Amino acid sequence: MTDLTKLTLKGALDGLTSKQISSTELTEAFIGAIETANPALNAYVLTTFDKARGMAAESDRRIASGEARALEGAPLGIKDLFCTKDVRTTACSGILDTFIPPYESTVTQNLWDDGAVMLGKLNMDEFAMGSSNETSHWGPVTNPWKSNASNAALTPGGSSGGSASAVAADLCLAATASDTGGSIRQPAAFTGTVGIKPTYGRASRFGMVAFASSLDQAGPITKTVEDAAIMLQSMCSYDTKDSTSLKVDLPDFASFVGKSVKGLRIGIPDEYRLDGIPAEIDALWEQGIAWLKDAGAEIVRISLPNTKYALPCYYIVAPAEASSNLARYDGMRFGHRTEAATGLTDTYELSRSEGFGKEVKRRIMIGTYVLSAGFYDAYYVKALKVRRRIAEDFTNAFNSCDVILTPATPSSAFELGDTAKAADPVAMYLNDVFTVTTNLAGLPGLSVPAGLDSKGLPLGLQVIGKALDEGTTLAIAAVLEKAAGFTHKPSKWW
Amino acid sequence: MAIDVATVRKVASLSRLRESDERLESLAGELNGILGWIEQLNEVDVSGVQPMTSCIEMTQPLRDDVVTDGDKVADVVKNAPKTVDGFFIVPKVVE
Repeated sequence: MTDLTKLTLKGALDGLTSKQISSTELTEAFIGAIETANPALNAYVLTTFDKARGMAAESDRRIASGEARALEGAPLGIKDLFCTKDVRTTACSGILDTFIPPYESTVTQNLWDDGAVMLGKLNMDEFAMGSSNETSHWGPVTNPWKSNASNAALTPGGSSGGSASAVAADLCLAATASDTGGSIRQPAAFTGTVGIKPTYGRASRFGMVAFASSLDQAGPITKTVEDAAIMLQSMCSYDTKDSTSLKVDLPDFASFVGKSVKGLRIGIPDEYRLDGIPAEIDALWEQGIAWLKDAGAEIVRISLPNTKYALPCYYIVAPAEASSNLARYDGMRFGHRTEAATGLTDTYELSRSEGFGKEVKRRIMIGTYVLSAGFYDAYYVKALKVRRRIAEDFTNAFNSCDVILTPATPSSAFELGDTAKAADPVAMYLNDVFTVTTNLAGLPGLSVPAGLDSKGLPLGLQVIGKALDEGTTLAIAAVLEKAAGFTHKPSKWW
Repeated sequence: MAIDVATVRKVASLSRLRESDERLESLAGELNGILGWIEQLNEVDVSGVQPMTSCIEMTQPLRDDVVTDGDKVADVVKNAPKTVDGFFIVPKVVE
């Protein structure tokens, strides 16, 4: 019998609706796979197998009675950033380690309304602050991929490391994730999976634990581009509970997969050719350009002159918003409260110091500093002005192209416990050098696996679309996916 | 704009975080490293540029001024560290 966990989301949905497989069988297959793999990979921080079995039974009943919905019976993993009613949600922080939301996030509610099955909550960097999944209160996630030169455990990237690892290791059909500076696309690139961050405002932020509200956006990590389109369709919606939610029609995203890209203009930004980037990444980029040319697209050189300022700009804007958002964790109404103090200020300070991890505290302090009297204009307002320059770069570039093609990451997956990156926060932040610009500009960005490097590790290409043009982004990604013929999977060592 | 330990201590206090002296020392170094790297923003000419506070131009949506939620005392206090009869128990605020 074939291994059901290896199915794509599309393949599984086809099998379910044609009654070749049941949701209960499929769900049991994933439960078995998770039980085997999770001690090694640590992708799930909480499993909800009883709930999954109940949801699967209900899906089987609906399929039998001809009431199947868009994702009926599909077992998914949920990043621990999304509040799930009556199911512990911690954002992988010690300060929320026992938090049980009395409400459901809009994104997950949309999935359940479409019939999806929840397998559990996926590991991530604490409050989504990290690029290696090492800041999680529940310990790091291990990448199912290994270098052919070493047996060392590799990072799946971050912050959606659990989502990426789970999808790559066939521990769910697809997963929810979120992206503030690259947290969907970098882990997708590191694990040979597809990840898309839609246009800011496409997916509701209601019930998503906030990191940096003007940048945070939900999206899926999946096995294929088509699966990404299917997940996106369900996750996105207009929501009156999020004041930045966009009241716009959703196109049929899957209809763009397989669409001709003939005549589309592909922008190649000169500024993304960075010093010190491995030659393999440049070569893959050239290969991607060649594939799109072969598909009839036109290649256009473009300039995004303020690219080099995107990361420093982000590291003012994101911590500033984070310091404000995380002020709510005061030990009073929910979250951890210290046992070691009785006075008010002591209780605030100790509750927060005990509950937050090192990277989160560092970012709160940067944010507090750049917002403090005397520095607000020099840092924060300045960064907001640079942010507009970066957004204008894209507006100008899109006058001469329809989508932009870049590498997804400056390297393949690196080792867990990388001491150079641990010692130098800026070196870790550079992981997001290719992805962070689209968060600042609010644009859709997608990472698609396009090849392996000399170590046998996956590398991704990034497609950036115009605002609200996820469709063309998906069409281009599907062409790259087909041309790359990326069918590699990590060999099972767990 | 180098940050000294006294400044880090003040920022920690504004952030309602308490860090050991040893950690404050190392944080001064880390924050200087990060802020030094951020200084490159000064190269960008932003004269006449308006700060960008939202990436999508949209007007703030308004809704009718009516009650849409409420009567959920048990839910509201459910995750509180200490409660009595639907109230939060907090440290003494006024001495």
